Amino acid sequence: MSSTPHSVAVPILEVQDLTLLRGKQKVLDSVSFSIQAGSFVAVLGGNGAGKTSLFRVILGLESLKTGQVRVLGQEVKPGKASIGYMPQMRELVAGQFKGWNMVAAAFRGGVCGLPWYNQMCCAQVNAALAAVDALDLAHRPIATLSGGQQQRLMLAQAFLDDPRLLLLDEPLASLDHARRRDTVQRIYTYARTKEMTVLLSTHDMIPLQGFIDYILYLVDGRALLGRVEEVMTAQALTALYGTPVEVVQAGGHLFVVTKEGGDTLHSCACEG
Amino acid sequence: MLHYAFMRAAFMAALLISIVCGPVGWFLVLRRQSFASHALAHVGFAGATAALVVDQPALLGFGVGSVLSGVAMGAISYRVIGHDVIIGLVLSLAMGIGVLCLHFLTRSAHAAMSLLFGNILGVDTNTLWALFFLSAGCLVVLACIARPLLLATLQPEVAEAKGVSLRLINCIFLVLVAVATVECTQATGILLVFTLMVAPAAAIIRQGFSPIVGMVATTALAVGESWGGLVLSWYTSWPVVFWIAALGAVGFGISHGIVLLSLKRK
Repeated sequence: MSSTPHSVAVPILEVQDLTLLRGKQKVLDSVSFSIQAGSFVAVLGGNGAGKTSLFRVILGLESLKTGQVRVLGQEVKPGKASIGYMPQMRELVAGQFKGWNMVAAAFRGGVCGLPWYNQMCCAQVNAALAAVDALDLAHRPIATLSGGQQQRLMLAQAFLDDPRLLLLDEPLASLDHARRRDTVQRIYTYARTKEMTVLLSTHDMIPLQGFIDYILYLVDGRALLGRVEEVMTAQALTALYGTPVEVVQAGGHLFVVTKEGGDTLHSCACEG
Repeated sequence: MLHYAFMRAAFMAALLISIVCGPVGWFLVLRRQSFASHALAHVGFAGATAALVVDQPALLGFGVGSVLSGVAMGAISYRVIGHDVIIGLVLSLAMGIGVLCLHFLTRSAHAAMSLLFGNILGVDTNTLWALFFLSAGCLVVLACIARPLLLATLQPEVAEAKGVSLRLINCIFLVLVAVATVECTQATGILLVFTLMVAPAAAIIRQGFSPIVGMVATTALAVGESWGGLVLSWYTSWPVVFWIAALGAVGFGISHGIVLLSLKRK
């Protein structure tokens, strides 16, 4: 067997024995995993499972109790690593602004100077907007856009500055079903052409079917990384939850059901 | 009217003050921190009167008071600042201390009047130089932090991810607000800081210009309103501050009208 350079696995993200405390509560509990460059990873987990905290840790914004996080072999520091971040949706300020200006504010947004947008910046912003089909939206005031439309602008914003790693926190949350599938397709295509690694947190796995390489499943701050067929099994999830879990197949979808009152977390389309 | 040295000085002072109030006010309104300039002016008042009591220049006391409180505000998190009861208490305490100092300062009611309502027609050369250096320093610092400050305002989480310290940048910005407030009170007094700091910016921001255009337009409007106030005051002999406040309101009204009209046309 000969190995081509492409098959050499380069970990873009390494997390070792990570524990994060908020007060006395363990938000992330001895989490270890490593992700190869170019992967498309779905981050799953219920509310409060630690998805957003994990993203903030990868960005270097949290002080850890224990553990190490390396991006491209470097220990993380805010703004140092090449990471595109899309935070969870919330109300946007400056509704009178055109969407374009809101997006462009992130172009080298950490660098000192005036918010002056040169040709290169305009080209990059327009390319990012085109990638999420938001060029037309961007010329309207933010206040006139729907939640889903604002979300597409924020997604475009995460594409700026040529990141190697994309952290997308619930980028599908306020989209309708058709838009979800379309958005995942666009993220996938953009990430592939730019050779980006993607971590995308979501509650709904259906639109991701056929795109994802790995699932990172979080429960109460504990994590399990693997291929879909490795993670979405009763055995693996029972070990992760620490209580008996069933993975139920119904209507062509997989449902994760915990014993305490059928806490249906995620559904995903079955393999085969 | 430009034959008189005091009018020339007044126009110069109005220009120096407006070029700082424009961009700082633009960010202030965008960040929804308008109230901060009001608060800083009140604490500055206590500082100014205290300085007068110990025979120091009011401007110095004002500057120290409001810059220190700007730093303090920035150091404490947003959430505490948003607490209107605490702000109210601090403001009334500051005004109370100011009044106490004035009580000890029986010789000059004039000083109190010019602190409260401004005295742009009485600006001397020293004050003009002080304004020049304050404005220049303020603009240089703002030019350096404008880009991260804009992102921190629009998308705080993204700014953090790009290595911007929200706390630090808020702190620096509030110091700029404090300096701009100190300058502004020379023209409008403590009670009418809003007229130059907030009114032009509020009018321009409604128009949805891009950041640089918005800041320049705000500055132009601030210069226009303060100069307009001086001219109208010259011909009517009504107080300058009244005219600046009136023009501020008119400017905002016109801007609002333009927005309404453009909505109707659609």
